[in-house]
Amino acid sequence: MSLLEVENLVVEFPTRRGTLRALDDVSFAIAPGEILGVVGESGAGKSLTGASIIGLLEPPGRVASGQIRLEGQRIDNLPHEQLRHIRGRKIGAIFQDPLTSLNPLYTVGRQLVETIRTHLPVSAAEARARAIALLQDTGIPAPEQRIDHYPHQFSGGMRQRVVIALALAAEPQLIVADEPTTALDVSIQAQIIQLLKNICTSRGAAVMLITHDMGVIAETCDRVAVMYAGRVAEIGPVHEVINQPAHPYTAGLMACIPDMDAERERLAQIDGAMPRLNAIPQGCAFNPRCPQVFERCRVQRPGLLPAGATQAACWLHDAARQEAA
Amino acid sequence: MNAPALNQEVSQEGAGAQPLVRAHDLARTFDVSPPWLNRMLEGKPRQLLHAVDGVSFEIEQGTTLALVGESGCGKSTVARLLVGLYQPTRGSFAFDGQDAHAAFQGPQARAMRRRIQMIFQDPYASLNPRWLVEDIIAEPLREHGILSDKAQTRERVGQLLESVGLAAADMAKYPHQFSGGQRQRISIARALASEPQFLVCDEPTSALDVSVQAQVLNIMKDLQRARGLTYLFISHNLAVVRHVSDQVGVMYLGRLVELADKRALFGSPRHPYTRMLLDAIPKMHDTGRARTPVQGEVPNPLNPPPGCAFNPRCPFANDRCRSERPQLLGTGGARVACHAVQEGRI
Repeated sequence: MSLLEVENLVVEFPTRRGTLRALDDVSFAIAPGEILGVVGESGAGKSLTGASIIGLLEPPGRVASGQIRLEGQRIDNLPHEQLRHIRGRKIGAIFQDPLTSLNPLYTVGRQLVETIRTHLPVSAAEARARAIALLQDTGIPAPEQRIDHYPHQFSGGMRQRVVIALALAAEPQLIVADEPTTALDVSIQAQIIQLLKNICTSRGAAVMLITHDMGVIAETCDRVAVMYAGRVAEIGPVHEVINQPAHPYTAGLMACIPDMDAERERLAQIDGAMPRLNAIPQGCAFNPRCPQVFERCRVQRPGLLPAGATQAACWLHDAARQEAA
Repeated sequence: MNAPALNQEVSQEGAGAQPLVRAHDLARTFDVSPPWLNRMLEGKPRQLLHAVDGVSFEIEQGTTLALVGESGCGKSTVARLLVGLYQPTRGSFAFDGQDAHAAFQGPQARAMRRRIQMIFQDPYASLNPRWLVEDIIAEPLREHGILSDKAQTRERVGQLLESVGLAAADMAKYPHQFSGGQRQRISIARALASEPQFLVCDEPTSALDVSVQAQVLNIMKDLQRARGLTYLFISHNLAVVRHVSDQVGVMYLGRLVELADKRALFGSPRHPYTRMLLDAIPKMHDTGRARTPVQGEVPNPLNPPPGCAFNPRCPFANDRCRSERPQLLGTGGARVACHAVQEGRI
């Protein structure tokens, strides 16, 4: 059974000029121990998806319809107090900026111990021992001393390790990592990705890794969901999505990325830009920029259709059409 | 003074004979000492940060030099030295055979600035939100006395906007009406207004999404081809650098550790740091491949290690690396600052 199921999730922002639909009918599932990547450009709705799962949607944003289920139990309509118990205990979170996710006034040890004791029935001494072990596991040298240091005494990479330790403190089954390496330099980024992957595998935690960096996805994830304008454009095993993208947007996105292996005089480009939330075109949201657009794309919105090893929200993969062709 | 005529004369002469840009032993030190009272009472010493410490390179007209490195390696300081936003502590920068820093301070400052322009990283912060795009792009035209007639200025602004793939009618809008990629194009149009020969681009696409990045990089390449522009391109993204550059300089803690032609650098990287950087890039089509990332982090630039600054992270470091600072040596296409390479150990 899936650990997390997101079904037809719709997130709306009521504004004075009408309601904006930031997430529109998003569905996916994460199996226990699996790493699912969520990729897309700014404003595609990746972070909102993560925020809805951990119950940290900023008002006035609200889940308008759809369900989020953790181990079969609905968590999107839980009262605040109950959600707090799940957040941290069952779902850990890692955010982009390690400096703002730590309290600058407390030592990292105090923050770890507090998190551990909130969720697990252990004594203070035991919690401290666990905290030291966590810091050790996340690769922080001399954890016995470092535990009593304040966040500003750590470098960016070390802080992100502390944040990972904090997310893992109560042994959650799911980690939502929102751009965990974006604020870091490439050499540190490689270390953190490796750490995240190893530590989650060894503890059997599933990860939802939100990032705009396709390289990070390629290296880390089992499956990937590509988002566009608040919808899932394509979802499938990472190797297939990268090498044989089924959705024209995924294909365009892949071609835009400067390649380290091949040299090209010009980069392929997708003309135009992602539509604003108040001007999402009818039918497929990608149709004004799509090189393979046809009549149906402009009127009817495609759902996720099977396309080889992946699923793509694109009429090109409609079974009836393919038979006709 | 007849600036345009002078411009052309010098540049034609400069094109064949010598590189357009020649930086020699450029250095910039910042004083980050605690305040005077603290130094007196607590006995703290003066502290100097060597942001750029002896960087030399040349850029031929019409080509691109890319500088790469991690945060704090001094690449942006080099950019600011070249456009005259900082004065160097040591070293010289010759532009078209002329001492640029002397020019920046003398009566020639305006003429020099006209020929060297900069594109900044953040297109949200580098355009005045209260100005119309027309005024933003026309400012250099007026400032440098290129055009004063209103109708002519407007026509020129329209041409500039069209050259970066926007519509002439966009000049009647404010920056907030544009997306990030479009704003960066406005920055490019503004930089091009004074018809510079040399553009210093400090992470011009880092704030942009990949599909928009591709659009901006293509425009920059097209403009280079059409106008023979020379670029200094600063980035931390090696894949982007590979795409745009002719020559690449890798910086680490204020110094160049490797300076080579693009093909040499990406084909056979020699400095251990360059190899580490190349290895740190996730490979797209090699899914699930595990890497062994280099351990350690960039040391504190206030207190760099003695000898080669990279020695604490370097798998090839020996005693010489820990005591003696390597010089950037080598011939032609590739120059490396590494004892191990020079001794033939790697």
